[in-house]
Amino acid sequence: MVPPMVELRGISKSFDGGRTHAVRGVDLVIGRGEFVALVGGSGSGKTTTLKMINGLVAPDTGQVLVAGEAAGAVAPHLLRRRIGYVFQEIGLFPHLTVAENIGITPKLMGEPKDAIAARVAELLDLVGLPRDFAARRPAALSGGQRQRVGVARALAAKPSLMLMDEPFGALDPVTRDALGRDYRALHENLGLTTLMVTHDITEAVLLADRMVIMDAGAIRADGTPAALLAAPDAAVRALMETPRRQAERVRERLEASA
Amino acid sequence: MNERLAAAFGLLPSYLGQHVLLSASALVLGIAFSLPLAVVASRNPRLRWGALMGAGLIQTIPSLALLALFFPLLLALSALSRGLLGVGFQALGFLPSLLALTLYSTLPILRNATTGILGVDPAAVEAAKGVGMTDRQRLFMVELPLAAPVIMAGIRTAAVWTIGTATLSTPVGQTSLGDYIFSGLQTEDWVLVLFGCAAAAGLALVVDQLLGLIEAGAALRDRRRVIAGAAGLIVGTLAALAPLAHGAGAGERVTIGAKNFSEQYILATVMSDRLRAAGFQVAEKDDLGSAVAYQAVASGEIDAYVDYSGTLWTNVLKRTDTPPRAQLLSELTQALAARDHVEVLGALGFENAYALAMRRDQADRLGIHSIADLAAHASDLTLGSDLEFLSRPEWAALKSAYGLNFKAERRFQPTFMYKAVTSGAVDVISAFSSDGRIAADDLVVLTDPKQAIPPYDAVILLSPKRSTDARFKAALQPLIGAIPVEAMRKANLSVDRDQDKQTPAQAAQALAKAIAR
Repeated sequence: MVPPMVELRGISKSFDGGRTHAVRGVDLVIGRGEFVALVGGSGSGKTTTLKMINGLVAPDTGQVLVAGEAAGAVAPHLLRRRIGYVFQEIGLFPHLTVAENIGITPKLMGEPKDAIAARVAELLDLVGLPRDFAARRPAALSGGQRQRVGVARALAAKPSLMLMDEPFGALDPVTRDALGRDYRALHENLGLTTLMVTHDITEAVLLADRMVIMDAGAIRADGTPAALLAAPDAAVRALMETPRRQAERVRERLEASA
Repeated sequence: MNERLAAAFGLLPSYLGQHVLLSASALVLGIAFSLPLAVVASRNPRLRWGALMGAGLIQTIPSLALLALFFPLLLALSALSRGLLGVGFQALGFLPSLLALTLYSTLPILRNATTGILGVDPAAVEAAKGVGMTDRQRLFMVELPLAAPVIMAGIRTAAVWTIGTATLSTPVGQTSLGDYIFSGLQTEDWVLVLFGCAAAAGLALVVDQLLGLIEAGAALRDRRRVIAGAAGLIVGTLAALAPLAHGAGAGERVTIGAKNFSEQYILATVMSDRLRAAGFQVAEKDDLGSAVAYQAVASGEIDAYVDYSGTLWTNVLKRTDTPPRAQLLSELTQALAARDHVEVLGALGFENAYALAMRRDQADRLGIHSIADLAAHASDLTLGSDLEFLSRPEWAALKSAYGLNFKAERRFQPTFMYKAVTSGAVDVISAFSSDGRIAADDLVVLTDPKQAIPPYDAVILLSPKRSTDARFKAALQPLIGAIPVEAMRKANLSVDRDQDKQTPAQAAQALAKAIAR
């Protein structure tokens, strides 16, 4: 039997010497090819949970398995080369060109130069950036273009798992929508498994197949958007209904102002 | 004037070369020490606190003191290593200067590098981890390149400090551009002082600009500027060092020491000239302190220098009695040979004693002829001394013998001490009896009826190694008993006076000619 892409077994994490409990005993299994949105308010533990998967945060207790392999069985930097990671601040290296940024993980893995150059060109096409951007520095790009480079960099070593932490959170709504849609297409075409942290229910509903709702460090609900809309937990239902409620209010306001 | 300027220019290749060698070595060593320390400190808050604290403390030590402290430290280490391993090393000159300057350069590099690494955008650090870099790769591929402009700014500060502070390495026996400043200060040759300042400042300015070019290149990610700056530094350093490479000629290398006043420069030059004529290759170490000079000859750091019997008697042998002149000299000769294997080759023929002197008009007005007369008026008068007199046992003996209690006591460079008494800033000074300025400034020397001040015959001291070197001794032997006090006073005055000044080298030639007849 093929092991799931990610399996979390009772992981907990506290900060400040045990005073702040960020994550309390989370169990989560993510199958291959799933697009899962990890949703919750600030301080709900969603980002900490995500970072425990690629070892940026070490769990106090519990076990993390990626593709059936326990964390600790492999050096953290080798594990991270196999997992794509995109986050809100993007973190492009300002002293490197776009091409050098995208090609960094293949370079760390010792791939030949011409293979990296070909891969960079391919990735620029894939994320919808002109090839002549390769020689530019990140400072010469717009926010949306930078995050496209960030996605390309995460995909460079052909990972099968993508971890995304509010990836489009800092972008304007139009760019955000376009990038979200383009990424969803990439997820399909490349056969990725994606775990995306977001606090935006609309974005989660639009992009993800499955939503995991976190609250105070624990999982409050887990299921398809449709299933969660019918959840017995009233708070979850209220949360899931916010996009629809907002859409209705938007329509009312527009009609009133017309 | 032009001749003195020409003489100063003549010394430039050697002084500049030594200065560049010292400051460049100290800077390279400082970077090699501070950068790894900064990397470790940036990872460990407790170590960071300790390292920055330590470097800050070092910075609070006056640079001259830091340089001076390395001499006894290295002397002790050298003696230890000679005892354990059979190999000693030079405790004077390059090594103490190098170590002190290296320590001194630590703070700006350490502080900037630590700040630079910690100041790297956290997003870039997280991305570096996220793309799968090891700690080492993250350091070299992300943190150091991004911190480079800040680190370069620190190196720039350190370079300017090091070049400036290197001028202070002259008193521990390292040739540098400071030689111009120290000997100019002692001989009141302001052209020489300005020349030294301008040369050191010019060097600092050029290095600062070239490092600035590299810093700008690092900040703007412009490789051409970095290369241009680095190439300028390398070419400049090599060009400055080139004159030093020709130093290795024929003849045995010996070193003559001198303390920090005109008579010492002149006598050191007289000795050097004789040794050169005898086929030795001679280096001079000028501006040594009294205690440093004796330890240096005892340990063989220098091969010979001139000291004074009373100074050695009270400061080295710690004797408080004052036997007659001839008896003191012979006892001293035996004691130094027995204790340190230092040979007193002989007395030059004149005394340079400490003597209390006053302006003639004031002494006449107050009716002061002897130190005993002075004691009654001392509480209304101010004493001016050279830098070391007030710390020496002779002063303690004099003070208790006559019950001297001055209104105030002030220390000066010897040159300024004479200025102070003639201008009235002080009333009494600790003059030197062989100094031509006593007569020139119309000062009276007070008699010492209780003979509290010991005799101060000028003597040549030889290191243990040279005490068995017949050729070396033969070259200096003709100076023994050959210099009358009038000749020495004349030579001293020709360097110290304000008008028609001569360099110590010119005065040495004139003195050698005068005593050869």
